[in-house]
Amino acid sequence: MIWNEKMETMSREELTKLQSERLVATVKRVYENVPAYRAKMDAIGLKPEDIRGVEDLSKLPFTTKADLRENYPFGLFAVPQDEIVRVHASSGTTGKPTVVGYTENDIKMWSECVARCMTMAGITKKDIVQVAYGYGLFTGGLGAHYGAEYMGATTVPMGTGNTQKLITLMKDFGATAIACTPSYLLHIAEVLKEGGDLDKIKLRAAVCGAEPWTEEMRHQIEATLGIDAHDIYGLSEVMGPGVACDCSYHNGLHVCEDHFIPEIISPTTLEPVPEGETGELVFTTITKEGLPLIRYRTRDLTSITYEKCKCGRTTCRISRFKGRSDDMLIIRGVNVFPSQVEEALLQVDGVSPHYLIVVDRVNNLDTMEIMVEVDEKFFSDEIKGLEALSKKIAKAVQQMIGLNAKIKLVEPRTIERSMGKAVRVRDNRKLV
Amino acid sequence: MQAKQLSVFIENREGRLDEVLAVIKSAGVNILSLSLADTSEYGLLRLIVNDPAAADAALKTNGFSSMLTGVLVVRLDNKVGSLQDFLGILAKEKINLEYMYGLTIENGGKASLVIKASDLDKAASILLKAGAELLSNEDIVKL
Repeated sequence: MIWNEKMETMSREELTKLQSERLVATVKRVYENVPAYRAKMDAIGLKPEDIRGVEDLSKLPFTTKADLRENYPFGLFAVPQDEIVRVHASSGTTGKPTVVGYTENDIKMWSECVARCMTMAGITKKDIVQVAYGYGLFTGGLGAHYGAEYMGATTVPMGTGNTQKLITLMKDFGATAIACTPSYLLHIAEVLKEGGDLDKIKLRAAVCGAEPWTEEMRHQIEATLGIDAHDIYGLSEVMGPGVACDCSYHNGLHVCEDHFIPEIISPTTLEPVPEGETGELVFTTITKEGLPLIRYRTRDLTSITYEKCKCGRTTCRISRFKGRSDDMLIIRGVNVFPSQVEEALLQVDGVSPHYLIVVDRVNNLDTMEIMVEVDEKFFSDEIKGLEALSKKIAKAVQQMIGLNAKIKLVEPRTIERSMGKAVRVRDNRKLV
Repeated sequence: MQAKQLSVFIENREGRLDEVLAVIKSAGVNILSLSLADTSEYGLLRLIVNDPAAADAALKTNGFSSMLTGVLVVRLDNKVGSLQDFLGILAKEKINLEYMYGLTIENGGKASLVIKASDLDKAASILLKAGAELLSNEDIVKL
């Protein structure tokens, strides 16, 4: 089943024409309404009329997370604030969050995209969908919620944090679909299995996203729960979940191309790479009103194919993600930069100690441990002094990134010193 | 009067205590007493030695986290109730004990203890006023 036949199956020629029209309009609009974009284009002598279609896309300057930070909070919005009906925010690297804004039309467009993705996963208006992403500033919860409601499904706003209640309602309501992170779904599957509840549920489909996962993990989820699991992709800057999703053939994620133009560039030369080659994914939004983004560098590494899919959709597909071109970690769906952890440690004593972030996956849930060397600056002859230190560090980290990390105090010089750039992260999860 | 205690941070790993002791030995420092406080992940080794500064320097050179901490060493009569007599006085003055451990039992009927209190100076003056005998590092070596 296809949610929007017209947009998802139009010929590549028609699609290119539509993208070109929308791109030209978007560039004109940001040039006129967003001083930061105008300044960037003026700096390289680029005028809006130089962009006549998608073939001119690579003439445009890139946008990065730094641009969002420098224009915090509303500086990149292309409409007056009173037209913004919602904002979301994600944790930032310098304590300042990245703020995104949506107009009423943007929310509708987002809902439409999520509805397309849920349809790819076989979900219809007859389904009961539990949304078990975090609600709040994070785009996951409300994004999936509005999409499920938009398509007419019975939507249950579970949120995260109470697995037992989720399972009780899953059984009592006869929930048939769920939207959550893949690791949380695996955890739910384990709890269902332990409780002998696997045959008491009616679940048949899942859209999982907000963190990278593997084909093996998908097969494990599908086998344990007896369901069909799909990978939904998105990022708050571009919109939120629903930018792309895989169809029943699980052969790449279909991009909602009439709203977002994807490109793959080399992270080193910043030049576009040939079709099928791996590089950094870049998005240009062509219908968003609140926060249009021109050539936004996602830092996600993947490749694109424009081959028509067996499902009938003509939209291009991005392959499973192969990592990041920066040092960002995704832990329990939360974006974490090692520099944020360093900043939190700095707050504790004014001096950054040697530290190492160890990320692992235990019982299908991400764990984050921060090893901190105890030297003269961080020392006490009393256990309660050391425990207070651990708690203080944990609290600073929690406030900075919104995640609880286990603090492990270690002896000086036990964290390996590397030549050149310090190794700050050990990720033991097998995600790619 | 305070005495100097050597405190060392060690992870709960095989052989770490042995390595600390080896460093102290090669520095030619004699250990008079010690206490090991442990948690699930790390331990705190507290030592009374004949030359705290030399042991501290040797440990630091070898990459250990160590520090010198002030403690009180109280010499008491080795008889029923003498410990309670003195600790009772501290309790009445609302002084908390952070930790304590034994040092020596002498043939002459005396026993010494190491005490870390919340307010060391106040604890020392209270104990002295009550007639307790407090020892310095030099005194301890002569025991």
